[in-house]
Amino acid sequence: MEYLNTLINEIYKIIFLVIPILVSVAMIVWLDRRVWGLVQKRRGPNVVGPFGLFQTLADALKYIFKEIIIPASANKTIFILAPIITMTLALVAWAVIPLSETLVLSDINVGILYLFAISSLGVYGIIMGGWASNSKYPFLGAIRSAAQMVSYEVSIGIIIINVLLCVGSLNLKDIVLAQKNLWYVIPLFPMFVVFFISALAETNRPPFDLPEAEAELVAGYQTEYSGMMYAMFWLGEYANILLMCAMGSILFLGGWLPPLDIYPFNIVPAPFWMIFKILFLFFLFAIIKAIVPRYRYDQLMRLGWKVFLPFSLIYVVLTASFLLYFDKLPKG
Amino acid sequence: MLAHAIFFYFFSILAIFSALMVITSRSTVNSVFFLILDFISVGCLFIMVGAEFLGMILLIVYVGAVAVLFLFVVMMLNVAQQKQSWFVGQKSTHIPSGLIVSVLILLELLVVVGGWKYKENIMSSSNLVIDTSITNTHSIGSVMYTDYILYFQLSGVILLLSMVGAIILTYRKRENVKTQSYLKQISRDKASAVMLKDVEFNKGVKIDD
Repeated sequence: MEYLNTLINEIYKIIFLVIPILVSVAMIVWLDRRVWGLVQKRRGPNVVGPFGLFQTLADALKYIFKEIIIPASANKTIFILAPIITMTLALVAWAVIPLSETLVLSDINVGILYLFAISSLGVYGIIMGGWASNSKYPFLGAIRSAAQMVSYEVSIGIIIINVLLCVGSLNLKDIVLAQKNLWYVIPLFPMFVVFFISALAETNRPPFDLPEAEAELVAGYQTEYSGMMYAMFWLGEYANILLMCAMGSILFLGGWLPPLDIYPFNIVPAPFWMIFKILFLFFLFAIIKAIVPRYRYDQLMRLGWKVFLPFSLIYVVLTASFLLYFDKLPKG
Repeated sequence: MLAHAIFFYFFSILAIFSALMVITSRSTVNSVFFLILDFISVGCLFIMVGAEFLGMILLIVYVGAVAVLFLFVVMMLNVAQQKQSWFVGQKSTHIPSGLIVSVLILLELLVVVGGWKYKENIMSSSNLVIDTSITNTHSIGSVMYTDYILYFQLSGVILLLSMVGAIILTYRKRENVKTQSYLKQISRDKASAVMLKDVEFNKGVKIDD
């Protein structure tokens, strides 16, 4: 009976975490298209509902009623599994994201490693979808994407090491609380820039959306997908983008902490600050989609391995020596 | 404890099942997928015994990086061709060497399992003190970077060596390959890139020389 109670309690919590995420993913798609439209002097989606807010819901409804086509030569199991994996992984990672000091589903010791592990599993959805489609464009897209995501994970991992050197704990809550006096975006600003660009590459956003470069590869790994399965890839991608924004705001922008601990700022409830920071980072993502042209593939690989990796490694040495010299290393 | 036991048996059965499927499934890509499932379930088992750091590192290193490269290589290989030569074709000539290797591995396993019987002696001979008040990430770090720093660094050097070796073996300099020089591309200016020419009627003009 006790098990049953805990089970029901946990499921209740999970539902109240997942539904807001799905709704905010829908809203974020709208925001993305809206910003994109405004930069190009268009209106963007503005017909369905007030300000076009229900556009994504209408799109989702359309996808649900479309037929799902499975190519005859596809590997059926893996073909169906791929979008499910993408979507699940994008949602599962939210379990450890703290919206405030108490508002977190599971407060685990190795929170940042968990986030990193889940985001490194994300490549499987794409590579499985591309391979199982048994067609040239999806396969080429999947191979590109796998190489890209694995390369940029390396530099994200080293950036995380930078932050962990200053915190001395892998717990996300500790990481946020350690920034009470100074957000890490100030001392680690170069790392924040590198993290942001790597996050763009990790989530296959423009200017690094080579896996689905429509001029060369039709739609990359998603070419053979239709209906709800395509929509799941698409929602998973946006949930991943939100997750990267949340990760960035926890690692560098002080999570739920207000910018200054003085009167007008500290009466705003903590989750609002977190959401505001996530939205700010997402706004940067959306602007970059509109104003930056796509990279060439060799430039992308060069940037990942020859620029970001050595740079963040050097910064690890710098951070460590600085902390050691001024005796500021966190005592665990 | 019941829920714990249920999860433990679930993950261990999954691990054993997927390990069996790795060696029995016909399609190489499927066996890589089962290998990934095996890594994930072993990682979950690590987390269940409280070694969350090891479990996460297993996921990141093996599932996130190593298995992706496996999958990469297997998908690139021409699997249909392989099937004919490995499974359908003439009698395999690998059986004697395979037998020798598997007998050796069996013997090693026997030694390891036999050594487990004397576990108490092994544990008492080491001077490790297990401090339960700190997280296991801290305790692994405090042992690895103090008592075992030499072995840790040596294994890092061995990994580096194998990486350098692999690059040297596969790298070849090819002639007549067009590459882009970033320096050249960036240092182009207007004077060298744009010019005005008076074009004679019906003659045309030769550019790009």
